[in-house]
Amino acid sequence: MASKIKVIHCLNQFFGGLGGEEQAHVTPRLVEGAKGPGMLMQSIFPEVEIIATLIFGDNYVAQKTDAAVEQVLELLAPHFNDAAKDQQAQLFVAGPAFNAGRYGLACGALCKAVSKRYLIPVVTAMSEQNPAAAEYRRDVYIAATSDDVTGMEQAIGRMVPLGINLLHGEKVLPETDHYIARGQRRNYFSSQSGAERAVDMLLAKISGQPVLSEYAMPVFDRVEPAPAIKDLASARLGLVTSGGIVPRGNPDRIVSANAQNFGTYSLNTLDTLSKETHQTAHGGYDPTCANENPNRVLPLDAIRELEAEGAIGSIHPYYYATVGNATSVANAKQFGESIAKKLLADGVQAVILTST
Amino acid sequence: MVLEKGDILIEDIVFGPEGGVKGHCLVLDQKSLKQYLLKRDERLLTAEISLARPGESVRIICVKDVVEPWCKVSGDKTGEGRHHILKNIAVVTCGKIVGFQEGIIDMSGSGALYSPFSKTLNVVIDITVGADIPPHEHEEAAREAGLAAAQFIGETCRDATPDTITRFPPVEPETISADLPKIVYVYMLLSQGLLHDTIVFGQDAKQGLPCIMKPQVLMDGGIVSANCVSACDKNTTYHHQNNPVIHELNTRHGKDLNFIGVVLTNELVRLAGKEASAAKSIELVKELNPDGVLLSKEGFGNPDADQMMIIRGLEKAGIKTVAITDEYAGADGCSQSLADVTPEADAMISVGNANERIVLPPMDRILGPVEDLSSLAGAYPQSLRDDGSLEIELQGIIGSTNELGFQRLRCREV
Repeated sequence: MASKIKVIHCLNQFFGGLGGEEQAHVTPRLVEGAKGPGMLMQSIFPEVEIIATLIFGDNYVAQKTDAAVEQVLELLAPHFNDAAKDQQAQLFVAGPAFNAGRYGLACGALCKAVSKRYLIPVVTAMSEQNPAAAEYRRDVYIAATSDDVTGMEQAIGRMVPLGINLLHGEKVLPETDHYIARGQRRNYFSSQSGAERAVDMLLAKISGQPVLSEYAMPVFDRVEPAPAIKDLASARLGLVTSGGIVPRGNPDRIVSANAQNFGTYSLNTLDTLSKETHQTAHGGYDPTCANENPNRVLPLDAIRELEAEGAIGSIHPYYYATVGNATSVANAKQFGESIAKKLLADGVQAVILTST
Repeated sequence: MVLEKGDILIEDIVFGPEGGVKGHCLVLDQKSLKQYLLKRDERLLTAEISLARPGESVRIICVKDVVEPWCKVSGDKTGEGRHHILKNIAVVTCGKIVGFQEGIIDMSGSGALYSPFSKTLNVVIDITVGADIPPHEHEEAAREAGLAAAQFIGETCRDATPDTITRFPPVEPETISADLPKIVYVYMLLSQGLLHDTIVFGQDAKQGLPCIMKPQVLMDGGIVSANCVSACDKNTTYHHQNNPVIHELNTRHGKDLNFIGVVLTNELVRLAGKEASAAKSIELVKELNPDGVLLSKEGFGNPDADQMMIIRGLEKAGIKTVAITDEYAGADGCSQSLADVTPEADAMISVGNANERIVLPPMDRILGPVEDLSSLAGAYPQSLRDDGSLEIELQGIIGSTNELGFQRLRCREV
């Protein structure tokens, strides 16, 4: 008989048999073998062996998450690295937490930490209504369950096969493996062309049938504009661009599309930009005019004039540049946040942000 | 007004002194074609002609346009007469990079799954121009060379007998059941100037659009790409010649839908221009009074705003709309995908995440300016590995996420 899959199962104080709300404060502990829902898990899936059960108090993990995560990682250490083969954990399973908020958050946090530290597949289960589902679905595979414990058998029936598929490196899908979609986009080849699918979708939409959009509209962040500068003549002004203006030779090798970084460049000794000193790295527009006169995209010449006239207090001695061509929103957001931190630290009150 | 398309199915291509169709093989007189191209445009310095067949270990780089060789054998009015079409043949122009974004076609390996032109028999024309030729003229010279070559090659099938002939007669409204849903296609053309243009019957698409056009007129080959950026989602001239939305709507016309017309519109740079074009497109659609609209796109980022404006306006006018787009969700697929969105866009077709990375194996032959390989969009400074393989985003592959819906690639949430 093939050896069984070694699982560490993770439960809160209630399902772990320690007690109810009065035990919600208890610190994490590791016990041998299966407890509560783990017994059911082993009886439904004989190929699985729970080598240890981790039990924690809901409140303790929810309130002292960082400390609890560290304690759990330490408790689990004997089941990794140098552990004897029959004690080596292959899969980490937490819950099911159904719609229990604190339990769900604990399962999410522990799964995320275990996967990161010990690099084994992790899986949990909860209801889509559980607030932890929204928080952790991007990091952890979460099997979808009912709202309450009446769905225990179904939850285990989804969570364990999902974990086994992940362990075997199988590709999984939300609808066939019953997990909560993770917000990650993946390409595949459909049996129909885009045009064929479009006509089918349109006819379905016209006839009033339900239509499943292939890209559900995301909710965009809206940034509150900062209050207006009261006195520009005493303000420090910075220049930032997504138009790709870089020193000639593109020293940071900012790529022409889907930028992975931004550059920080000195303006200290410069009164203007020229084709000898600067160029664009941007691949989304015709670079002829920008290369001819880079001030067209990063208006240093104009703000130096304003500075000389006293209209602007001072100009920040560095500018920041990246390329906004097919650059993902996630990267752009991260660049914006780090540039803003640097500008704030350097006492910059206003920025001219140019794009193309 | 009847338009006929006579397909001549070609299974192989060879060079030979006497050009023409021999059975299902196209013989190409390489020398004459080269002479013809160099003689007709003195801006061209060289025009190297090579063949690239499916399955060969060939990579074509810095591809500018792809054109299907056609020959109009009868009819002197637009939208009527007969074309002979060399099916499975594509003229591929390539040459030194002018913008940043000219793309790749691989004839075998993993990359060949993504481009439609990995499956065609390609006549590759590698063009160089004189050193004093400015970028826009460089592009124009390359574009015209591609069209001229396609016409030259197309001419060799003038007297060939088509394997199939498809007729597109005008629609008689009374012959279509009133129960079938009336569909209008809104066809967006990239027209931002500065190497991002499209030409409609010789006119720049920035002017004179939006307008209503008959499908037969569009199928007569009047739309030419003048866009040298955005390899994955640019509509090459070949895509315009073989628009899959028009094909699909024609095929199903009278069966489960009533294809009543096309609104051709542009994608302008300025906000006022975008608003005016969107408003006019919506007005023209309303004139046609359809039950639903299918909307295609070209490019990404800036054109997302044009597409969302049109969707919003149509849906607010009570016209059901489905739109085709690609995505830029980051290499890990975890980012938001579009530069603009609207809640009314509740029926989108996604033709793929262009940021997804792929490793292309080394190829025995590289056609095109090899020194420009790392400057292609979607490439990274470290893209070209020591063994000759290339790690690149799908956005660098010609036609991989075509927003007319030419491909089967699709993106979904997992």
